[in-house]
Amino acid sequence: MRDLFAVVMLSGIFGLLSASFFVAMDAVDVAFTEASVGAGISTLLMLTAVTLTGRWEDSVRHKPMWALVVVFITGGLLIYGTLDMPYFGSADAPIHQHVAPRYIYDSMQETGLPNIVTSVLASYRGFDTFGEVVVIFTAGMGVLALLAMGSRSGIQRIMADSIFYLMHEEHLILRIVTKMLIPFILLFALYVQFHGDFGPGGGFQAGVIFAAAIILYAMVFGLSTARRVINRTFFKLLGAIGVLLYGGVGVVSLLNGGNFLDYNVLADDPVAGQHLGILLIELGVGCTVASVMVIIFFNFSGRREFP
Amino acid sequence: MDIVVNMSSTLCLLLGSFLCLSGGVGIIRFPDFYTRMHAVGVTDTLGAGMILIGLMLLNPDGLVIIKLLMILVMTLFISPVASHALAKAAFRNDLVPESDRNENKGGTESSSS
Repeated sequence: MRDLFAVVMLSGIFGLLSASFFVAMDAVDVAFTEASVGAGISTLLMLTAVTLTGRWEDSVRHKPMWALVVVFITGGLLIYGTLDMPYFGSADAPIHQHVAPRYIYDSMQETGLPNIVTSVLASYRGFDTFGEVVVIFTAGMGVLALLAMGSRSGIQRIMADSIFYLMHEEHLILRIVTKMLIPFILLFALYVQFHGDFGPGGGFQAGVIFAAAIILYAMVFGLSTARRVINRTFFKLLGAIGVLLYGGVGVVSLLNGGNFLDYNVLADDPVAGQHLGILLIELGVGCTVASVMVIIFFNFSGRREFP
Repeated sequence: MDIVVNMSSTLCLLLGSFLCLSGGVGIIRFPDFYTRMHAVGVTDTLGAGMILIGLMLLNPDGLVIIKLLMILVMTLFISPVASHALAKAAFRNDLVPESDRNENKGGTESSSS
């Protein structure tokens, strides 16, 4: 398929479909993440990239025959490897016997959270999540390092403003409805952020929804207007603060005499400590994800505006 | 009382499912972009609304009803606006509706002959 726009749309549809079958398999947290990240923001960012690079794929001069052969062999080997795995849903699979029973039976007493996914993600596997946050932060820094714009001259800015004013003058319905919806989207992001301990949700999803509200504003009202509302230095700072908050919780628990990211020592009561620690690191995750998404979008679309 | 609530919720659910299904048939069977847009944009809003109302009637829990109500309000706002934005973007990118295309063809033929 040569049309990159169609490819991006198909991948978004695939994301939404896989979200629905995650729901069917009772993995609501994963489904939520897939719907917001896979179908939502990554489609959006890829669309922005397509507007930057052009809609049609270049024609390839060589025949990718060898690549096809390699793909077939690798795929065949992987499928052959899955034959050794236990059957889907079988109770004596190693994954159901190693650590899963402890999470299912003990996590309520140990962390006091009804949502096991959050307690695994933020407490038992806190170190892995820290790695993920650092990866997202590094991605944001990479985009900034590669694409960050220099300052523009005044006349260019005035021209861009007037072009955007003309372009967006007619989107009256979109503007009014967007104005009404954005507060609810932001509120929902905060709900997902702080309700993640009890229901599906958490820092990743909340950050993405928060960023989606800001990106929606920028798309409907124009980039220059959005720049006046949103301070980009603040967002760069926010991304760093999120990682710092996450790492800081770990260091504080070290100083209080526990292991890195061992929240039991944060408060007098272990369960209260777990609560505090999980809340803080989810907040850090949310800050970093939201600001990195906003930074990536602004840099991509800013380049399109001024080639 | 109970049977009235049950019956009405079943009616709502069936009607909503029928509307969604007819929208799905429309998106496959209709000839061009705008008519497909029309089929889905109209039926989907009402279909989803009917299904949500049916679920609300079925549920005794107050909090769940409020959440469903929020989803309903959001759907009523977002779905028509999304259809509007999509159709407008298509029109602005010079996608001519099927009927207009036929009329134009007829016009040029008559002028040339």
